Amino acid sequence: MDLTIDGRRVTADPGNTIMDVARTAGIDIPSLCQDDRLQPFAACRLCLVEVDGTRAPVVACDTVVADGMVVCTETDDLAEQRRVLLDLLLSDHKPDCLVCDQSGDCRLQTLCYRYGVSATSYAGEMRDYPVRSDTPFIVYDPSKCILCGRCVGICEDVQQCNVLDFAERGFISHITTSFGRSMVETSCEMCGNCVSSCPTGALQDKVGQSLGRTWDVRRVETVCPYCGCGCNIRLHVDGHGRVVQVSAEIGKGPNEGNLCVKGRYGFQFINHPDRLTQPLVRRDGELVPASWDEALDVVAQRLTAIKAEHGADALAGFASARCTNEENYLFQKFMRAVVGTHNVDHCARLCHASTVTGLAQSLGSGAMTNSFADLETAQAILIIGSNTSEAHPIAAIHLKKAVRDGATLIVADPRQIDMARRADYHLQIKPGTNVAILNGLMHVILAEGLHDKVFIDARTEEFDKLATVLAKYTPELVEEITGVPAGQIRAAARAFGSAERAAIVYSMGITQHSHGTEHVLAVSNLALLTGNVGKPGAGVNPLRGQNNVQGACDVGALPDVFTGYQPVTDAAARAKFEQAWGAELGSAVGLTVTEAMDAMLAGRVKGLFVMGENPMLSDPDISHVEQALKGLEFLVVQDIFLSETAALADVVLPASSFAEKDGTFTNTERKVQLVRKAIDPPGEARADWRIISDLAGRMGATWSYGHPREIMTELAALTPQYGGISFARLESGGLCWPCPAADHPGTSILHIGKFTRGKGKFFAIDYQAPAEQTDDEFPLTLTTGRMLEHYHTGTMTRRSDGLNELVPTGFAEISPADAQRLGIVDYAEITVATRRGSISVPANVTDRVKPGVVFVPFHFWESPANRLTNPARDPQANIPEFKVCACRVSA
Amino acid sequence: MAAVTRPQPELDDLPASSPPIDPWAQIVQGFDGNRSDLVPVLQRAQSLLGYLPPDAVRRVARWLRLSESEVFGVATFYAQFRFTPPGRHHVRICLGTACHVKGGVQMLETIQRRLGVGAGETTADGEYDVERVACLGCCALAPVLTLDEAIHGQMSVLKLQGILDAEASA
Repeated sequence: MDLTIDGRRVTADPGNTIMDVARTAGIDIPSLCQDDRLQPFAACRLCLVEVDGTRAPVVACDTVVADGMVVCTETDDLAEQRRVLLDLLLSDHKPDCLVCDQSGDCRLQTLCYRYGVSATSYAGEMRDYPVRSDTPFIVYDPSKCILCGRCVGICEDVQQCNVLDFAERGFISHITTSFGRSMVETSCEMCGNCVSSCPTGALQDKVGQSLGRTWDVRRVETVCPYCGCGCNIRLHVDGHGRVVQVSAEIGKGPNEGNLCVKGRYGFQFINHPDRLTQPLVRRDGELVPASWDEALDVVAQRLTAIKAEHGADALAGFASARCTNEENYLFQKFMRAVVGTHNVDHCARLCHASTVTGLAQSLGSGAMTNSFADLETAQAILIIGSNTSEAHPIAAIHLKKAVRDGATLIVADPRQIDMARRADYHLQIKPGTNVAILNGLMHVILAEGLHDKVFIDARTEEFDKLATVLAKYTPELVEEITGVPAGQIRAAARAFGSAERAAIVYSMGITQHSHGTEHVLAVSNLALLTGNVGKPGAGVNPLRGQNNVQGACDVGALPDVFTGYQPVTDAAARAKFEQAWGAELGSAVGLTVTEAMDAMLAGRVKGLFVMGENPMLSDPDISHVEQALKGLEFLVVQDIFLSETAALADVVLPASSFAEKDGTFTNTERKVQLVRKAIDPPGEARADWRIISDLAGRMGATWSYGHPREIMTELAALTPQYGGISFARLESGGLCWPCPAADHPGTSILHIGKFTRGKGKFFAIDYQAPAEQTDDEFPLTLTTGRMLEHYHTGTMTRRSDGLNELVPTGFAEISPADAQRLGIVDYAEITVATRRGSISVPANVTDRVKPGVVFVPFHFWESPANRLTNPARDPQANIPEFKVCACRVSA
Repeated sequence: MAAVTRPQPELDDLPASSPPIDPWAQIVQGFDGNRSDLVPVLQRAQSLLGYLPPDAVRRVARWLRLSESEVFGVATFYAQFRFTPPGRHHVRICLGTACHVKGGVQMLETIQRRLGVGAGETTADGEYDVERVACLGCCALAPVLTLDEAIHGQMSVLKLQGILDAEASA
């Protein structure tokens, strides 16, 4: 439809508001309460515009356009009206622009400038509330608040934490928590999304305070280095090259302007004094500083010597899900073409190896099938084995939105996680019984005829095998195995089975089992059975745990495949890479991370190159890992901190953080996004891709990469899924693979019309108990995982003060019943022991866990959960069973 | 005007009639748990507890599936709810138009000075709570205040001092 705004003819879509249309036309209608993440609130009245034929001005933010409408956004009357409104707002707004951090970024200030309002003309009482600075990250000054309600809206509708609301009325109205408690004493997740919405300086980030106002900093668009959500962030860099603040542009990227506490506030690690600034070489047992030449020479000599003496397969390399695609590509190229071994893997082995293995068999692609935004259109959502709001907070925002808009939420998880509280059905299974609960759901769906017969006939194969195995999984049997009441299983199955669009979201609660691949296949069985693959609002959606774990897999940092999952066992693929790399490549699959550990212990692997990984905390049974690493002839670690693993190395190479280099990350949605260099690396530290290039040069390669974009060009040429991806295209936004050609728009939903492997394949999966069962000696079940405030082995988050303040130590969640029986009180130091070791950790007595279950997060070196975990592995994917083992707890 | 009766404050202090009263059950008795029950439930809670302690706000919020901050926000919107335990004696100072003109503010200031608490608060010894109200409905007697159920009209600072002295020595 057509309309006229300020004399210009513009075209609009039905349903657009005047505000939307004006913005597209480049017309800035003033507003204070408008935020694209929220429904129009129409509180500030600044966006009043004149529309021909209406008696009075209308609000632009909440008026839908009509064909032929004639709109005026600036007239003398409107300007006068806006001046009066601003004057009134200023009458109760603390006038301290000169010392306000928000100055220059303040919407109120900008509008006063625009309309020439220099001060209020209303002298009188002003609200005078104290500034609240009682959280590590957020400062709240009610005297600057204009009561636009954006923070309340964000907290209620986006983050859905419901921490803030209006209180009192009239002049003394203000925004507050219940009873004015500190936000840290509420359900606040410290995401700071309220701060990001505040149009004045009422809510501000505490980090970055008085470190520079908007004109003092440079903003660099890049991608968050934490989980796999791939949030687009802006690093604010001051004149000294320090990152002083992080923000996100509203509407941009998978996060649409939202961030979580880690992404927004966990950046202090970048400029931390603990950063490695020069190479270290072990001399007389001590790691001492050395020059790059010395360090790289030692590495090249030792790797070459081990290769000469024991063969290339006596060397192994762990690439990094934290590094860029370009660096991972180079790393695996280095291991394969220069060192000459397929012994290259990375920590995807420990998180989603079973997804890659499982979904490749059933669907043909081991990645999330749909996008976050698309999940908002689901009618039913099953979250299984994913503590989404803590481990993937931005994915959770999209899911919470779907639920708010009416989707039925089913959560299968051993713990009463936040998403379980929001669920229509919480199936509180015993750890390790995913297959049983999934088979139970499918049994009911099949028995009640809720399966998608047309889809099954047309697009899948081997359905009969599944049907046979499902027959025995009656809800009653499943209740016995999982502990979930049969009635609940039936109700949840009906809700999932009868939804037109049902999505499954899962994570490591599914994958990290000694039969992890089977758990993944059971998930894909359910999606195929109900016809929920290859369409919007549905799909099999594994949430990947690290910023670039998807990418590291995509670019071949795996022992069995080259880039784009081209098998090393495939002669044609080998020939292609041999030609491209000018090297001879072996045909035998290399060692996985977990196999490499065993091979080190057995003395078959003698040298290890680790880039940005910390197996000393992240791998199962770390006593065993320590023994393996200490037994090596040569260990080189490339990292940004002297991690627990780096401390054992013979040579430590100081690398760059995400803020210090260009490159790309691929998020869990398969979206490849640009990472941009914001600052220089500290001291002599170098970008990882440059270090690998230099090392390759010393070992005979003649690489000449001048910039990561050249590496991407090479990678894209060798990788069909990435074929159409280039830095130039990514400048204007991310692209989801498969993106085979330069004019291809990318693929946000996989398997539409046809599966990557042709037909979707059902697998007959029987429930198998976890490798280790409870017994008299170890009577409780231990499960491990992540938490919101910390990340992985804590090398980054534990160097960010506020995060440490929020959660300073590890803990063990134990049920009130078990605690009472064992004489354990909340916060008391307890011992958790398994067959592999024991840790001492404060107790957290909580009904989040059922009796019989203990949960320990794995981020803390002082209480390393992985001293306890079971290294029993999935036979197909080699992923260890982090999620279940038997333990004993004592006071 | 009808006098407001202020029942016993604490949950534990509720009379042990037979059968024993669970105040929570009493608070929600007869309600369906709809959002629209919020204000009546809060009124019931306050009439049983004397005020709205944080725990009551929390339980009401959970019961109605609302957020605590929203319930708190609604409750603070209305002047009828209080969030501190009431005192044994209840002082209400009228600041309606007539009382305002006739010096109600001085009455409030006098009370505040004498008792050391502001409007909406309770003295540390739990003896008095003070509330400012918009109109007590007897403007001819302005300025007016009530002490418990007694109405004191045509007040002056001196008369007010006298009343408080008398109470203190009683």
